[in-house]
Amino acid sequence: MQNSAVNQKLMPLHPNDNNEPLVKIRGLRFYRGNRAIFDGIDIDIPKGSITAIMGPSGTGKTTLLKLIGGQLRPDGGTIHVNGQNVHQLNNKDLYKLRMSMGMLFQSGALLTDIDVFDNVAYPLREHTKLPESIIRKLVLMKLEAVGLRGARNLMPSELSGGMARRVALARAIVFDPEMVMYDEPFTGQDPISMGVLIKLIPRLNKASQLTSIVVSHDVEETSNIADVIYVISNGKVIAGGPSEQVANSDSPWVRQFMDGQADGPVPFHFPAEPLETDILGN
Amino acid sequence: MVQMRTMEIMVGAFMAAGFVALFFLAMQVSNLSGLNGGEGYHITARFDNIGGLKVRSPVSMAGVRIGRVSDISFDNTTYEAVVTMLVDSNHKTIPDDTFAKIYTAGLLGEQYIGLDPGGSEKFLTEGGKVSLTQSALVLEEIIGQFLFSKAEEGGNNE
Amino acid sequence: MEQLAQLGRIGISTLERLGRGHVLLLHMLSGVTALLVRPKLLIAQIHSVGVLSMLIITVSGLFVGMVLALQGYYILSQFGAEETLGVMVAASLVRELGPVVTGLLFAGRAGSALTAEIGLMKATEQLSGLEMMAIDPIKRILTPRFMAGLISMPLLAALFSAIGVIGGHFVGVGLLGVDDGAYWSQMQAKIDLHEDIFNGVIKSIVFGFVCTWIALFQGHDCVPTSEGVSRATTRTVVHSALAVLCLDFVLTALMFGE
Repeated sequence: MQNSAVNQKLMPLHPNDNNEPLVKIRGLRFYRGNRAIFDGIDIDIPKGSITAIMGPSGTGKTTLLKLIGGQLRPDGGTIHVNGQNVHQLNNKDLYKLRMSMGMLFQSGALLTDIDVFDNVAYPLREHTKLPESIIRKLVLMKLEAVGLRGARNLMPSELSGGMARRVALARAIVFDPEMVMYDEPFTGQDPISMGVLIKLIPRLNKASQLTSIVVSHDVEETSNIADVIYVISNGKVIAGGPSEQVANSDSPWVRQFMDGQADGPVPFHFPAEPLETDILGN
Repeated sequence: MVQMRTMEIMVGAFMAAGFVALFFLAMQVSNLSGLNGGEGYHITARFDNIGGLKVRSPVSMAGVRIGRVSDISFDNTTYEAVVTMLVDSNHKTIPDDTFAKIYTAGLLGEQYIGLDPGGSEKFLTEGGKVSLTQSALVLEEIIGQFLFSKAEEGGNNE
Repeated sequence: MEQLAQLGRIGISTLERLGRGHVLLLHMLSGVTALLVRPKLLIAQIHSVGVLSMLIITVSGLFVGMVLALQGYYILSQFGAEETLGVMVAASLVRELGPVVTGLLFAGRAGSALTAEIGLMKATEQLSGLEMMAIDPIKRILTPRFMAGLISMPLLAALFSAIGVIGGHFVGVGLLGVDDGAYWSQMQAKIDLHEDIFNGVIKSIVFGFVCTWIALFQGHDCVPTSEGVSRATTRTVVHSALAVLCLDFVLTALMFGE
């Protein structure tokens, strides 16, 4: 939020709380069996920003997105989106809230039995009674935005992984949501598709005044486009703030993760509670 | 994916085939037309013994099924069985001196009522009574009579 | 002690599954009214559940009817009661084999396909994706399939029985020389619309309900991996077959026991 670029893009929805983050997570706890996935984390996602949530595999980054989307219930703590407590909404309001969220799943999650055009048109047809001519225009516009207008008649099985993700992106933004959540958008992409996505995410964010949450463990790509970065490890937020600040952080934990050092000062994959003493002890 | 139109046609064909099958089962296999409760008229007959006759047993004339047994009750004063039959409405010319008899289809088969028409000019109508009846042949009785007559024969020979 | 704890765990997890199954059922049923507004969804599912099962059902029905006629003829001719062949074929088909065999085939053909489809949709995050698009995947995806199963199954069973009776006619009358008139008239005299045919239809509706429910629940409840989906598919077939056979006994006892 200290980032001036971020402040510029702020879209006041509630007139009095301009600086209120779009997503406010407080003391979030979530357990899978006896294992704590999140053990009391606080995250603020400012409006209009691109926020990256990073961490090694298995830290529950996807789980976090599902918690924000209200698909999972936390074991403790709260998540407010746009001032509404996600997990205290009734079904109807939750669905209304989800209309203002788009989510890009890792696999794309396209419906496999209908073609690209129908996939993008799907939410429109489900939620609105727009005439087919308008749906066509809207869908083609969104497909144009991701550069796949020409692929409208292909089936999802005929798409490459990168293309499927771009189609899914078009579908996620077809309702012009306030925020889009990207689940590992860069994983398993060839350099070209990766480049396309790296271009697309900030462009869409700016053009549609979105708030983007990018969950990823691809440090370089993600930190290039992010305004705010949170690093999660072992159920805790170990670093958070504007991207330059986190990227230049001195914390050995963060350094090891950001620089991808195989042999860092701290064995990253193991919990070491009193951080500093543990390092000095070595 | 199959085109919507083709799919609709195929689903239509499937539903039609299913209903035709149901209709076939109802009409051809169970003969729905013969069961129609509203169509027809009731006649009653009294029997000393109806053997294994049951509700819905066939009622036939000259071997053709013309109705079904619709009710069986017991008369407490005469100790007779009162059998009500529902005769199909297209068989309206059953003489009122018709003879009702309980037959067995085959040696072990089901029992049914056979009607032998009389010569009367008057026909049975709703609630009509068949007064001439013959009871079911009960196997034990037949065997008993047979043994009795044999014994009698043997007695006479001595 | 350990065994006792294990037994307890199995009991609790079974109860949990049962509970989840019923919650899912209620959720699916709550979507029925919404489905009435969009019959196109239902048509697409009747196509994949019913139309695509038609071939296996008709072919099996034909052969079952033919075998029944053959076997029945050998036994009945020993008593000189070949005329009742039609009754035997029709009664076995309409009362038992029609609903039961159709139920088993339905579980194998349509049930396993449903489980695999739903399981894969879960594994590829399509169901989650729908949820995030503010679309209830249970009402939108599962309910039409459930209703399609419920509608298709009695029709398939009726087809099976009808084709079986014709197959029996072909063998009994065409090949073995039973009198054509006797085949039909005996059948018509003995088979009762309510007692036999109506009860058979009720059976097939119950089996359709249970098989589709099991299939959709297994798909929706599976572990979202390829292994999980394949296990769920196996479970669908096994559970459906057992459910059909057990329920058949219960229903038969209720319907035909006096």
